[in-house]
Amino acid sequence: MTAPGLCYSRHVAAAAAPPGIQTPRHTALVRVTHWLTVIVFIALLVTGAEIVISHPRFYWGETGNVNMHPLFTLPIPSSRGTVPTGYNYVMPDQNGWSRYLHFEAAWVLVITGLVYAVAGLWSGHFRRNLVPAPEDRTARAYLQRIAKYLRRERPDAVEAGSYNVLQRTAYLLVIFVLFPLVIWTGLALSPAFNAAVPAAVNLLGGRQSARTLHFFVTWALVLFLMIHLAMIILSGFGSRMRAMIVGRAAAPEESQ
Amino acid sequence: MKPVSRRKLITSGLAAAAGISGLAAADHLAQRYGLIPPDHGGCYGPGETLTYAAQRLLTSRSLAREFPRSMISTTPFANETAPPSDGFKRLQAGEFLDWRLAVDGMVAHPLSLSLADLRTMPAHSQITEVVCEEGWSYVAEWIGTPLAVVLQEAGVLPQARYIVYFSIEPDWWESIDMTEALHSQTFLTMGMNGGDLPVRFGGPLRLRVPRQLGYKSVKYVVRLTATDSLKRFGKGLGSASPEAGYSWYAGI
Repeated sequence: MTAPGLCYSRHVAAAAAPPGIQTPRHTALVRVTHWLTVIVFIALLVTGAEIVISHPRFYWGETGNVNMHPLFTLPIPSSRGTVPTGYNYVMPDQNGWSRYLHFEAAWVLVITGLVYAVAGLWSGHFRRNLVPAPEDRTARAYLQRIAKYLRRERPDAVEAGSYNVLQRTAYLLVIFVLFPLVIWTGLALSPAFNAAVPAAVNLLGGRQSARTLHFFVTWALVLFLMIHLAMIILSGFGSRMRAMIVGRAAAPEESQ
Repeated sequence: MKPVSRRKLITSGLAAAAGISGLAAADHLAQRYGLIPPDHGGCYGPGETLTYAAQRLLTSRSLAREFPRSMISTTPFANETAPPSDGFKRLQAGEFLDWRLAVDGMVAHPLSLSLADLRTMPAHSQITEVVCEEGWSYVAEWIGTPLAVVLQEAGVLPQARYIVYFSIEPDWWESIDMTEALHSQTFLTMGMNGGDLPVRFGGPLRLRVPRQLGYKSVKYVVRLTATDSLKRFGKGLGSASPEAGYSWYAGI
């Protein structure tokens, strides 16, 4: 069970390895696409923040500018003197390189995502490692797993080498809902793309709605990232990082 | 380390050769079909080239969204820049009667057009959105002559690949490829929302490029130059925008 799988089968990985033995965890494709995504996500986040600073006001509908009522305003200074922010301070303009890098990183994200999605479907990675098992697709299974988290129970052997139902659901949401949404809402801000595919922006309720949604979906991804990082730290930062870097994980930590 | 088999060596050699010739072929095609932007150098060049090439292949003929009259913004934002120069103020004092648009470069008949000359040309109107890279936008009706009509009048030569356009204000110039220049919605605009184009919004003459961000729609245009290469203009990056750190192609 090596070549075709992106992630080794849960049975192999979970076959209760003897304490201290390193078991295979993530395939090269998962590791490479994961870290590429990390790099470009940080680039997109930083440059996205820089771009937002030039107009930290959000609107709903097709149009919005400083002469119109915003839906909400971020309580930060702007990098443009034309935006009334209440601060007597204009931040340095970083939009030029931010826009260049934002779109370059977006290309890497899209290509990485396509490679990962196609390979994941073809190899059965999603089916095997991410789609919850039939017996787990119940509210009861979710509640039980939440209760387990609340009791701060250690994962059992099967879980330690695989993902539980909450993890699987979260990863599927990020991969198949949030990332496609953030790419769609971003593309809907391109005037030339909108000329070619007007529905891309019209379905979102207009250009300013698309921009506002782009901002909220980004926050959803940031929220995921924070929970993801917190869980990695709680479950053993070193071993989780080792699994995602070299592909092998120690057997459950308490057994060491 | 395992010894490398001859078969593996040959296959990897072939793959590398195929990859390199594939890249060379792609580069040749991209050059030929004009898919490489003038600011393709540097670390952002690959992303910029991908964006420009993809949009040129997929969106060349598409029309910018037009809106119903009811969606015209009642509170558009002019984004006024620096105060007008003395040269502009002098022409403004003469009600722009002496305003001239020069059309030169790779054209059969260089022109010098007054606003009255431009008004004798076919007038069109479009209700499109101005989209700023900062994030704000507004919808307005723009009235003017398609740039293609003026270029046809001047007899633009077939080898021209770009139109460079200059504001009367210093260091304010842009360029677009012929796809954008001949696009039916690229207007030399003299009117807005039923009236004359206000100075704040670029009057008396603004080049509207509705499929690109607002900064490509240069205000106070006085000169159009047809050229086959952008290398001779400024730093050779295509326009003033890349010199200030902003991308030349602004369809995204």
